[in-house]
Amino acid sequence: MAEPSHPHDSAHLHVSGTARYGDDLPEPADMLHLAFGQGTQAHARIVGVDLAAVRAAPGVIAVFTAADIPGANDVSPVAGDDRLLAEDVVTYVGQPVFLVAATSQIAARRAARLGRIAYEPLPACLTVAEAQAAQSLLEPTQRMARGDADAALADAPQRLSGRFAMGGQDHFYLEGQIALALPGEDGQVHVISSTQHPSEVQHLIAHMLDRTSADITVEVRRMGGAFGGKETQAASFAAAAALVATRTGRAAKFRCDRDDDMVMTGKRHDFSVAYDVGFDDRGRVQALRLVLSARCGATFDLSAGINDRAMFHADNCYYLPAVEILSERLKTHTVSNTAFRGFGGPQGMLAIERVMDHIAGALGGDPLDVRIANLYGPGRDVTPYGMTVTDNIAPQIIDRLRHTSRYDARRAAIAVFNARNPVLKKGIALTPVKFGISFTTTHLNQAGALVHVYADGSIQINHGGTEMGQGLYIKVAQVVAQVFAVPVGQVRITATRTDKVPNTSATAASSGTDLNGMAAHHAAMAIRERLTAFAARTFGCADRDVHFTRDGVQAGAVVLSFADLCRKAYLGRIQLSATGFYATPDIEYDRAAHKGRPFYYFAYGAAVSEVVIDTLTGEHRVLAVDILHDVGRSLNPQIDRGQIEGAFVQGQGWLTTEELVFDDKGRLLTHSPATYKIPTASDRPVHFHIALWDGDNTQPTIHRSKAVGEPPFMLANAVFMALIQAVAATAPDKRNIAPLDAPATPEHILRAIAGHRGP
Amino acid sequence: MTVRFVLDGAVVELDQVDPTGTLLNHLRYRMGRTGTKEGCAEGDCGACTVLLGELDAGGTAITWRAVNACILFLPMLDGKALMTVESLGSSDALNPLQACMAGNGASQCGFCTPGFVMSLYGRAIGARGSDLPAADAIAGNLCRCTGYGPILAAAQAVTTLPHDDTATIAALQAIALMPAQGGACGTRRWFAPRTREQLAEILDAHPDAQIVAGATDVGLWVTKGLREIATLVFLGGIADLATIAETTDGVTLGAMVRYADAHPALARLHPDLGELVRRIGGLQVRNSGTICGNIANGSPIGDGPPALIALGATLTLRSTGGRRTIALEDYFLDYGRQDRRAGEFVESVHVQAPGPDDLVHMSKLSRRFDSDISAVCGAFRLTLRDGVIADARIAFGGMAATPRRAAACEAAMIGQRFAEATIAQAAAALHSDFTPLDDVRGSAQYRRTAAANLLWRLYHQAQGTLVSVQHVEADFG
Repeated sequence: MAEPSHPHDSAHLHVSGTARYGDDLPEPADMLHLAFGQGTQAHARIVGVDLAAVRAAPGVIAVFTAADIPGANDVSPVAGDDRLLAEDVVTYVGQPVFLVAATSQIAARRAARLGRIAYEPLPACLTVAEAQAAQSLLEPTQRMARGDADAALADAPQRLSGRFAMGGQDHFYLEGQIALALPGEDGQVHVISSTQHPSEVQHLIAHMLDRTSADITVEVRRMGGAFGGKETQAASFAAAAALVATRTGRAAKFRCDRDDDMVMTGKRHDFSVAYDVGFDDRGRVQALRLVLSARCGATFDLSAGINDRAMFHADNCYYLPAVEILSERLKTHTVSNTAFRGFGGPQGMLAIERVMDHIAGALGGDPLDVRIANLYGPGRDVTPYGMTVTDNIAPQIIDRLRHTSRYDARRAAIAVFNARNPVLKKGIALTPVKFGISFTTTHLNQAGALVHVYADGSIQINHGGTEMGQGLYIKVAQVVAQVFAVPVGQVRITATRTDKVPNTSATAASSGTDLNGMAAHHAAMAIRERLTAFAARTFGCADRDVHFTRDGVQAGAVVLSFADLCRKAYLGRIQLSATGFYATPDIEYDRAAHKGRPFYYFAYGAAVSEVVIDTLTGEHRVLAVDILHDVGRSLNPQIDRGQIEGAFVQGQGWLTTEELVFDDKGRLLTHSPATYKIPTASDRPVHFHIALWDGDNTQPTIHRSKAVGEPPFMLANAVFMALIQAVAATAPDKRNIAPLDAPATPEHILRAIAGHRGP
Repeated sequence: MTVRFVLDGAVVELDQVDPTGTLLNHLRYRMGRTGTKEGCAEGDCGACTVLLGELDAGGTAITWRAVNACILFLPMLDGKALMTVESLGSSDALNPLQACMAGNGASQCGFCTPGFVMSLYGRAIGARGSDLPAADAIAGNLCRCTGYGPILAAAQAVTTLPHDDTATIAALQAIALMPAQGGACGTRRWFAPRTREQLAEILDAHPDAQIVAGATDVGLWVTKGLREIATLVFLGGIADLATIAETTDGVTLGAMVRYADAHPALARLHPDLGELVRRIGGLQVRNSGTICGNIANGSPIGDGPPALIALGATLTLRSTGGRRTIALEDYFLDYGRQDRRAGEFVESVHVQAPGPDDLVHMSKLSRRFDSDISAVCGAFRLTLRDGVIADARIAFGGMAATPRRAAACEAAMIGQRFAEATIAQAAAALHSDFTPLDDVRGSAQYRRTAAANLLWRLYHQAQGTLVSVQHVEADFG
């Protein structure tokens, strides 16, 4: 690339406070502020709604219920089961029941607390265990299998079983959910929404208002973080704003309070895992039966796809000869869980890593040896879903990282430390990642782009991808700048809008650059081909003698600036605008059979983590992290490294400090940063070394790069496995695994120590 | 009355201020300064960080502090100077800190970034707490994107920046505080007295008035509780309540002494106390919140009180009727109930210095080390003579409805040898001292186990055993 580490396009705006987010736009006169009146029961029939006090509250202009919705009362992505406003039942605590529009945010929030809703309680399932006991399922349990796992288990030389639990995770995007709706003429609405999925917001609003998609425009320049939390969860706030704007004729802004946001929006699925594994004397798996049980919450949301991805990643880098993976999608009366970086992959992958450690614990060796013994390799290269792993670099990555991180020497030093220290115990782990890239819902793997070249040589680009900090816009701008060999500063990146590029997919599944970068490349190439033909014609040379270089455009013997060429082309009546489109090739998937090639390629990586725990208090620190990660041929190493580090620390938070606590009425107790603890700067390990793997993508992606958004999140599994090793060191002769659940809070670590030491 | 403050060298006057209106909302929705962000509106994320300055006693220099604008009430600005991210210049004239951050990937989504910029700019111009390591200086700023590496790198690369306060000092001198302040806005009334006597008289006349020092607690009553507070009394203008008196006997802290101001003096009493204070909130919270406020509000956890109780602190309360001084532990009567009589205010707390024979240890257990509230906070002062525990003061937070001493545990120690057998007995006795509850920060069982284990930590540490994960590094062989 011309400028491989160009900083984030908005960096200078970020640091000066001039990057505009939804709440920073000038507010139209008379704009209304919104708040939801929330249900207080996990599962109950609504038998009475008295909103008199709400309507009478100071500043209140209007109050809406489900009856006021002209079209479909639906803000769901797939199944049609998420109500904008509850009708006859509530199915989780915090569910929106009515909508207040007032002259200020605080007036709306105060009034929203004055609704008197009478309930008739219904039986509620709140936890995985309760839902399992009640067989409360969203859809039938899915089965992904190969061979006869039961028979192979019976035949295996060694066999063990285990279970553990891992918690969910709040996205904690720093910018809360927000939408601003501006009423237009003739029923049109323009919505500025902090969403990863403007097209879906557009479609849902159109249906909700009983209009067409063409009447609704959704725009997003940037989000203040999203991480999956604004893929489906932005819709209700945007729909509420659109409803109020159309019903009142006034602009309406829904800026959700942080605590309300944490209560009302979905999170990463918490899982319970049970396994039965058969293996040989060196720890190589012969058979695995794995049950992944996820708390999905009250509605489908994206739970089918998320749990599918958990199944797809329950192999990670390991060949599982005879395997049965069962995936229970449990319906609970809690907020519907949703997309979160990794989309089920982290849960599936942590499950198999735990199995690897359990085998190693039983055999008494280094878990890394067990991992290496189980890697995909020649003749052992087909996944449980029937896809052949053709790009496997996990063995090489592990080998190099083992060497560069001095893993073996450090493991030996840790054994010495642990022998000398009665209170503190250290652990180290090396875990790999193999993450499948593509939406597993095949039709979503498409993208469009729009490129304008102006007569002064400046370039404007637009595409369906949204910017949430991941650097998509700058990467796509680099791609386009490179096509014309102009500085990236000459490319103006514009807000994602449904009226510029239609029918877009969510910016999700790490696919943003792969899809939109390629679509933008196609659009830019179309224009370059027109310019090439024009230049050849104008300057009397062959097309092949026209070259776009950093010193200008060469056309035979003539060299002119890109701007000059554009000016001439405009006068020559050449079309300088083009759309581009891309659909990922070669992928297909039969969901009924759970067979096929759902992924275009895999992204790989590995991490070594060293940790220390306090056996008296359960406190821990992550001391050192070494990462080797595969981004193919990097489009922008600085951006990619930022994604790797940020994802790792976010994964570390998931597995350590971030604990969601619900009470026995289904109320979320950790609904603020006072009680829900994402990592701070001091939680970042002091030694944190990241290296990029130096290989190209084997598939012809945009400049042979690889997706980077989600895969490195799972590098943090190394932290959790290192903690298991540290707990194991409290009773080093036990041939077992330390019974640690995630997140590894001080309380969980102390409990695991007690469990491992035994009575 | 008018609230006057200095912004970018010029005086801003606000009439008819809402005493529970926040600085953040004023900046964003009245002044169009949208660079300062709302991330949580409860002082936990730092996206709203601004710098607040006040003239030093001499009146010729400014002490700047990073604070959270989201829970700062407008009257608290009176007589102060303010800097927001907009004060630092435009996007095409970045200062070296901003340029470094922009160039090295210190922002991704960018929403938290202005808050980090302000925290680190403050650090680079010598604001309160600028001697802290970079990670401490930004412990009150949350970033969900970067993993913090590039931000820390920028903090380490740009440690000082030129800054000229001349115009601000002149403007501040011109708006020297009026003899007393106050006003009304709708049904809300506020007072800002300048002397302790005025304060006592206001509280005598308005015994239900809410006293506000740093607003790090009361702020949330408004932004989260949506509570209406009819009458507020702000302590920030009473200069002599902000005094710290250090003697060989100990330290006396006035009611307006903020955590950050008290930090060095408390750390000199004992390093564990310094570490405990460092871990209370982020720097923005410690720059606003006061030690006495943390006592006065009667929080059952209140990470300060257990430590102060163990050291033998006394509390002085004052009203128009005079002063009285009580043992700190006697102030906490029950959950939500304190020994503060109508018309009284907490005037100061006196913390005794440990003696040469005292073994002191303090531990705070929480999910996260920085900016978290403890599940269990334990503080110990054992007086050892010839290997025998002559006296023991042991206090816990998080174990009961109030911060409390562990009487049975203390009794099990006093007169015994400082030995394993004594620790085992004391740990057992602890179970009769407390019946902790399950709550969001931890289960009763964890609290019981961990509290007892803190006695063992104290013991092992005294034997020279490594007991803190914070003092361990990776060994690369």
